[in-house]
Amino acid sequence: MSAPRRLNLYALTWRLPIILWQLMFFVGPVLFMVAISFFVVRNYRMTEAFEFVNWEKMLTRGYFWDSYWYTLFIASLSASVAMLVAFPAAWALAFRASDNLRRWAVFLLVIPFFTSYLVRTFSWYVILAESGVLNAMLGYIGLGPFKMLNTHFGTVVGYLTLTLPLAVILQTVTMANIDKTLIEAARNLGCKPLATIWRVVLPLSRTGFIVAALFCFILAFGDFVAPFYLGGSQEPTLPILILDTTKSGQQWPRAAVVAIMMMLTLFTVAFTAIALAYRKPAGSR
Amino acid sequence: MVKSTKTQSNHYLRRDVLRIGGGVALAAPFVGRAWAETTEINMLAWYGHGEPDMVGAFEEANNVKFVPKYYAGGDNMLALIAQSPPGTYDIILSDAEFVQQLNAAEYIEPLDANDYPFDDMLHEDFTKFPGHWDGDTLYSMILRGGHLGVSYNTTAMSAEEASSYQGFWKPELAGKVGHFDWHLPSLGMMSLKNGNGAGLWDLSDAQWEAVQETTMSLRPQVGGYFDYGGTFNGLKNGEMLAMCGIGDWITGVLERDGAPVASVIPKEGGIQFTESYCIGRGSGKADLVKSFIQYMMSPEGQVKSAQMLAYPGFCVTKAGRAMLQEVDPKEAARSHQMDGMANDPIALINEGRIHYRDIPQQQSLEDWNDFWSEYKNA
Repeated sequence: MSAPRRLNLYALTWRLPIILWQLMFFVGPVLFMVAISFFVVRNYRMTEAFEFVNWEKMLTRGYFWDSYWYTLFIASLSASVAMLVAFPAAWALAFRASDNLRRWAVFLLVIPFFTSYLVRTFSWYVILAESGVLNAMLGYIGLGPFKMLNTHFGTVVGYLTLTLPLAVILQTVTMANIDKTLIEAARNLGCKPLATIWRVVLPLSRTGFIVAALFCFILAFGDFVAPFYLGGSQEPTLPILILDTTKSGQQWPRAAVVAIMMMLTLFTVAFTAIALAYRKPAGSR
Repeated sequence: MVKSTKTQSNHYLRRDVLRIGGGVALAAPFVGRAWAETTEINMLAWYGHGEPDMVGAFEEANNVKFVPKYYAGGDNMLALIAQSPPGTYDIILSDAEFVQQLNAAEYIEPLDANDYPFDDMLHEDFTKFPGHWDGDTLYSMILRGGHLGVSYNTTAMSAEEASSYQGFWKPELAGKVGHFDWHLPSLGMMSLKNGNGAGLWDLSDAQWEAVQETTMSLRPQVGGYFDYGGTFNGLKNGEMLAMCGIGDWITGVLERDGAPVASVIPKEGGIQFTESYCIGRGSGKADLVKSFIQYMMSPEGQVKSAQMLAYPGFCVTKAGRAMLQEVDPKEAARSHQMDGMANDPIALINEGRIHYRDIPQQQSLEDWNDFWSEYKNA
């Protein structure tokens, strides 16, 4: 029988601020959001109640599920694209670039975050419009014009604006920490480059890559700006549905239902991803 | 003697300078405080109404400062008031169709009709505007209006094609028709297209069903749903060649900049948005607000409203319209506020082609909004 653990006041003192912070600004608001999902709106005023009408209303509407599956799809797609597009750049930075160049590259990748995401999104108008820069360039080689704004493509471009630098940074940091001798050993034993990536680099980077993909998914899943301004709000994603719901009739309780569904989805995806990331390979102890 | 006087004079001058300088230095904090005592007027309005081009001259003349809170949509406005303590907003700019609800919820003060130029209205409807009165008591003062119809890029649609809502279904416009993301004007237009005329808001179940079918048939043409900024950009950069749910209030701003866009009232009729001022219940600055409303109803105020940078609207008083024609004939002509012009807003009302925007009579706003969400997802 072990002795009861003594309360470590010193450790508690240092932990208390973050515990209080989380209670006040995360747990508290989430509980409040759950509570208001049972409230009702009468004459544009939210009234305390405990009714399931908002849950019933939202979860039985076809447009809610259309938005739900579309958001899930487009966020997954953009996370996958971000991971694929980021990989060559991250590979080069991790294995080919000098330490100095890598530091500069990471710094340059952080720079876009210095400006507002909304401003970065609006700047795509100039590039993606039918009369924009990209179509003008394609026109020189006899292609286009292509419709890129107000399409799924526009939405994904917006999401990538948000997630791609992050994906490159996380992949770079992950791969830079791989023991290079393992890669050299694989090559020496006759493993071809692509097989080396598949059998050595990716398994060793699994945790970092899954975390990077998870971040990309979370950011895209909750983003309002890209689907609204570059996707033309068609089809509406869940964040747009939240806005629509609050705008018309001020149905904050119904918006809370949508938000809770989003959170439940993100929790499920996050826990699954983390479990995958830290799962031990078969046969290991 | 002269020298002595001069010396004495210099002496007094130095002393005066020191005294005045010291006085100024000591009084500076109080002077600053006096300047800071500008009266703040809290305004709840659509975007643009609290900007310097609208309120700047009044602020300067009356030592007041408008603090605007902007909303987008009537129910958004109602919610903001509902969630604020009484007296939060001194002046409320409301769409006419929501004034009754403001009054029913006792959010606004009654007005004295004698304070305002009802004898100078451009149209008799404006003197007793629907919803603004409760019996003989006035609750809201009409300020301006605007007409919604077919807005289009003149290089992509002819005036003849734009003369009917059917123009939105033009095959060449596939993916190029945009919607202002508010169900009320867009569905109102679909109701007009279905021939519901003056009964466009009072739809039976069968008529509502038909409006939904008509709207759904437009879906393949739709290239996006936009807020004000998105609508503006879409038309400006040519991504959208026609817009449903708007009118001159957006194309007028682009037209002023030389963009090839226009808005017309089609043969099925158009919708009028009407903006009016109310005094917030519990406001401690009702007299100042009344002065401001009187100023905006004066010819000078009406001209400012017609020229408003955010979005134009037409004058509702004869004197205002006359002054606009005098001081800004270009804008008066652009907005057809000239007697004898084809699309003169007052002539359109007289011809019965304009229907005042309202809320659904037989369905709830929620029903309309639900369908709007389905439509966007289709």
